[in-house]
Amino acid sequence: MARYLMQRIVTMFVVAFVVVTATFFLMRALPGGPFSSERNVPEAILKNLERRYNLDKPLHEQYIDYVKGVIVWDLGPSFKYKGLTVNDVINRGFPVSAKLGGISLLVSIVIGIPLGIAGAMKHNSVGDRTISGLAILTAAAPSFVIAGVLQYVFAYKLRWFPSATWGGGQLRYMVLPVLALSSYNLAWIVKLTRSSMLEVINQDYIRTARAKGLREIVIVYRHMIKNAMVPVVASLAPMTASILTGSFIVENVFGIPGIGREFVQSITNRDYTVTLGMTVFFCLLLVGFTLLADIALAIIDPRVRLEKEG
Amino acid sequence: MAVSVDERFAPLPNREQTAERITTPPISFAADAWRRFKANPMAVLGLVVLLIFLIACFIGPLLTPQDPTTQNLAMRDQPPSAQHWFGTDAHGRDLFERTLYGGRISLAVAFFAGLLQLVVGVTYGATAGLLGGRWDNVMMRIVDIIDTIPLTIYVILLAVIMGQGLTSIFIAIGIVYWTSMARLVRAQVLSLKEQEFMLAARALGASRKRLVLRHLIPNAMAPIVVELTFSIPRAMFTEAFLSFIGLGVSAPMASWGVLASNGFEGLRSYPWELAFPAVAIILVSLAFNFIGDGLRDALDPKLRR
Repeated sequence: MARYLMQRIVTMFVVAFVVVTATFFLMRALPGGPFSSERNVPEAILKNLERRYNLDKPLHEQYIDYVKGVIVWDLGPSFKYKGLTVNDVINRGFPVSAKLGGISLLVSIVIGIPLGIAGAMKHNSVGDRTISGLAILTAAAPSFVIAGVLQYVFAYKLRWFPSATWGGGQLRYMVLPVLALSSYNLAWIVKLTRSSMLEVINQDYIRTARAKGLREIVIVYRHMIKNAMVPVVASLAPMTASILTGSFIVENVFGIPGIGREFVQSITNRDYTVTLGMTVFFCLLLVGFTLLADIALAIIDPRVRLEKEG
Repeated sequence: MAVSVDERFAPLPNREQTAERITTPPISFAADAWRRFKANPMAVLGLVVLLIFLIACFIGPLLTPQDPTTQNLAMRDQPPSAQHWFGTDAHGRDLFERTLYGGRISLAVAFFAGLLQLVVGVTYGATAGLLGGRWDNVMMRIVDIIDTIPLTIYVILLAVIMGQGLTSIFIAIGIVYWTSMARLVRAQVLSLKEQEFMLAARALGASRKRLVLRHLIPNAMAPIVVELTFSIPRAMFTEAFLSFIGLGVSAPMASWGVLASNGFEGLRSYPWELAFPAVAIILVSLAFNFIGDGLRDALDPKLRR
């Protein structure tokens, strides 16, 4: 396991390095610098600005400087926010997005997995049909539609919750965003868990377990759920990374100062360093969670023999 | 009518030949799947709804008199009426007509993404899972890299190179949209290939192609189809998201995503401008889901009778 882990950590850094390189050059390939949109800036000032942000150096030197910066986790200054570094932008946006995303994810998992299991155990019962029906309906609506409906019904018409303010993240400001953010993942987890459980229930080893006279609770927990969780756990890694890094739409609709909104703004602002820094940040999160998911898979599914193959 | 005793007791024809004859005609996998698909009313309903949308969006606009781009500033933000079935938007354009035209783009994106997932995603994931070891590692790291570069960067870059519009969206979705399927199929294959039936098939000398096509893919079909039915709407949502942040198809063209995001701006006063495109997206997504459920039961070799 230790050797496998080491190997994965090394590849994780290789991936991160390739993403940094690819994104760096992709971003530089875009025409229109961060200062090109501003009104006629005198040549001398433009030169000064470029020197200030190291844009006057040759590209490969900029690249090497950038990689050095990433290693010590200094992502450079923001082009658009005067006096702010990329680290500042991430540090102020990420806690908000992570708090919201973490709660949403928890809601999705804590409600979704038991519902999916319950649905599969009572396959085709009224409860099962209701659960799957709701899951299908929820997953069929894009997040901005759900956000819009929640906003319209609960904030505009019923006035139960405030609309489009963050208010420092108190509970009542978070209810609607959390609902909007978790709905899709919740539906997805329910559906995946249920279908995966249905697969497992008909397997021979379940019949064997019954024939051995194991107690039903042992069969369900040890034999069914553990096996059925494999695809669910595999899908949690990208889900966690993307939900923690925020949703532009939900953050935009509910006026949340999170990282998703910063990211999209940085792209439209051509704020290279912010876009780049956030991509690197997102990449590290994703690769980290993929690693965690792989380890979790190896633990719950003895059939996946990663160590032997690695 | 006298019945001859001899006729009634005539000996049966040679039993050696008939005794072992299979009486029901053999039924192909596809025919069997279709038979079971038809037995699921929701799946058939989904297929019908999808067909109605396809016909309405691709043929419908030819039959209606309104034009989706004609602006009529005197008729801005009108609620639904006999003249404008879905009302009008902020520029006084007929929303019914725009919804039909928008469907062409949204549906095209959806089908393209689905096809790509099936062809590229399944092949790639199955290959990685089967090869295992170092190859698997390299292939999945490539997927990680593709996944971690945000879609928006691809789209902006392509928009700069090729001009903003449908082609850029297609290519951007083409680059990224098969990766989640590849992950899922790989996980399935890793788990399936250690099972006894795979060992048995290998022991019987099945070729690698046969192993994949007859054993691995059919057994992984249920999660593949579930993923597909959830991800086709997701591609539509992605297109809508890109429209939302202003990187989608440009005016005067409009997809459902563009319509919905325009409707969002006037949500408080003109909720129908969001409602109609949203309902269209939801209905098509639902149709895909029901079709997917039907297909899952129809394609599962374990349920085959």
